[in-house]
Amino acid sequence: MRKKRMLSAVLLAGAALLAPAGTAVADDTPSEAGTAFRTAVAIEQGQKATANGSTGDYLYWQFPAGAGQRPTVKATVTLPDTANRTGAATWRLDVYDGLRRRQACTAGEQAATAGQQAATVALTCTLRTVRPWSERWSNDPLPGAYYVRLTVTDAPDRDLGLPVKAEVEATSEDMGGAHAEGGSLGKPLHATALAEPDGGWNGSWWSGRWGWTIGGAALCALAAIGGYTLTRHPRRR
Amino acid sequence: MIIRKRLAAGACALLAALALGVTPANAADGPSKDSPKVELVLDVSGSMRATDIDGQSRMTAAKEAFNEVIDGTPESVRLGIRTLGASYAGEDKTLGCRDSQQLYRVGKVDRADAKEAVSKLQPTGWTPIGLALRGADQDLGTDGGSRRIVLITDGEDSCGLPDPCDVARELAAKGTHLTIDTLGLASDDKTREQLSCIAEATGGTYTTVHHRKELSGRIKQLVKRADTPVETPKAVSGTEECRTAPEIGAGIWTDRETFAQHRVYKVKVKPGQELRVAASVGADRPVDRDYGVLVRAMGENGQELVRGSDAGSGRTDVMASGLRYPVAEDDNDKAPRTVCLEVSNSFSAPASVKRDPGLPVELAVDVVKGPDDPSDLAAFGLGRGWVLLLVLGLTGLLAGLLFGWLARWRIAVWREN
Repeated sequence: MRKKRMLSAVLLAGAALLAPAGTAVADDTPSEAGTAFRTAVAIEQGQKATANGSTGDYLYWQFPAGAGQRPTVKATVTLPDTANRTGAATWRLDVYDGLRRRQACTAGEQAATAGQQAATVALTCTLRTVRPWSERWSNDPLPGAYYVRLTVTDAPDRDLGLPVKAEVEATSEDMGGAHAEGGSLGKPLHATALAEPDGGWNGSWWSGRWGWTIGGAALCALAAIGGYTLTRHPRRR
Repeated sequence: MIIRKRLAAGACALLAALALGVTPANAADGPSKDSPKVELVLDVSGSMRATDIDGQSRMTAAKEAFNEVIDGTPESVRLGIRTLGASYAGEDKTLGCRDSQQLYRVGKVDRADAKEAVSKLQPTGWTPIGLALRGADQDLGTDGGSRRIVLITDGEDSCGLPDPCDVARELAAKGTHLTIDTLGLASDDKTREQLSCIAEATGGTYTTVHHRKELSGRIKQLVKRADTPVETPKAVSGTEECRTAPEIGAGIWTDRETFAQHRVYKVKVKPGQELRVAASVGADRPVDRDYGVLVRAMGENGQELVRGSDAGSGRTDVMASGLRYPVAEDDNDKAPRTVCLEVSNSFSAPASVKRDPGLPVELAVDVVKGPDDPSDLAAFGLGRGWVLLLVLGLTGLLAGLLFGWLARWRIAVWREN
């Protein structure tokens, strides 16, 4: 595994050497953020993306999530120099699905107020478990892109425009058989710019439910044999 | 599986790098017609003499930053420079407020030429920002490619009319996808308010600059942003009701709608397909604290099919929502259905805020093949849990007992006979 990783690193390094000077080679971790849904920068799960911006900017990223995963987005903002700041600022992390529908945060601190002396502010948002299908009237999380928007929602006007640094990471937990559901979408929601997550958009066909069902069937058969042996007429010779 | 993916990613990166290496040679005659365009608009008014950027004058800092930016501009970006307040040093306001020239034409950058032009600038006159923005918009032309203005100034507009913020909104509403980013070299309240307003009106960003490094770093970042490929939306003009609504297909569309107004569009969806819509309404000017957006899909008869909505409070750039509407397969009727999309907003604004042009609306429409009939909500209809085991175990036991008893009874009957 490590060897292969080395190999791909060497390939990447070779690619960087071959590229002409001055041409940016796509770096592994994005160091930019978009400024709107349309320009949201694509990140992978587990990747720590960074971006420099100004207080007041709306920073957008997008990441993929498949069925059965429960994504968690973490963001850390390094605030401007305390000397230039005049008061407390409230930062907020919003997550939208591929159709730009707001997604509820079930856990985590989605908005936090940083005092004038604070150096950083950390935000987290854990979504609901992504389902492979849902009724059209619901806004349950579905496989596809998830947009992350990070911004300051309340700060003294004087502090707008000061430079900040943001770091964002999306991870997810596999929710297992309890959340293994049926149905599927024709295509993941707005995922053209994204790579399929590990485990696929629709989750793996395997789930703990197979174990339970097969176990149940075996138990049923054994119990049947047991019951039969108990009641049938003992054979006499 | 993961390893293979990594290897594939590596190989892809290699191919991409090779492709990048080849392109500039083919495109020796400069960037293509659709390449992004950026115009840097530099304030060269008298106040740029002030020495408060790391002990240097604002002008020196700006010149240094420009040199760095000119060096770092990607080949694919067409760069231009415009100045304001660079030539008229007198007191006559009418003359001073007409003082804005194009210093370097938008096109492939000749680094030496551009640097020489910048080096000759001396802080001189007035600050006609509105006029300079209009000029920059004309400099950028309309021949495709993304368009971005980066305005670097140290003071508010000293000419009053036209109000630069109104100019920015007017330029943004022309439908030519212009973004204006502003950088303020001074952090007084009025400058900040004006520059924030200009940026907000066009979906750009505002930055206060205190240090030299911040200035060049930010301009470079903005130029690089212009170089990021992005799908250009098409303009459409929605109507009040479904009957007269324009038909749109898959793609990204923009429109404008004022406060408390709705816009309707039509989309054709075949049975077996799923309509997906994301709509956002931008707050490009000061709005009241609470607001919302509603997008509804309706049948031709006005029946509501499905809706998406969102509401919020406080500072925001857009309010967005979306919906999906799968049309079930129908063997008897294969004709496409007309779905009307209604986008409405509940933004409001203080009386002093201009209503016209309306708020920017962006619609992302997609029509995909969509199965919408899961046979079971559990994966493959499989079961799970101790109750399942108990039920299956007990059922098996009962069945075993029953058959055992039947067998016993049959043997007994057979014996009697």
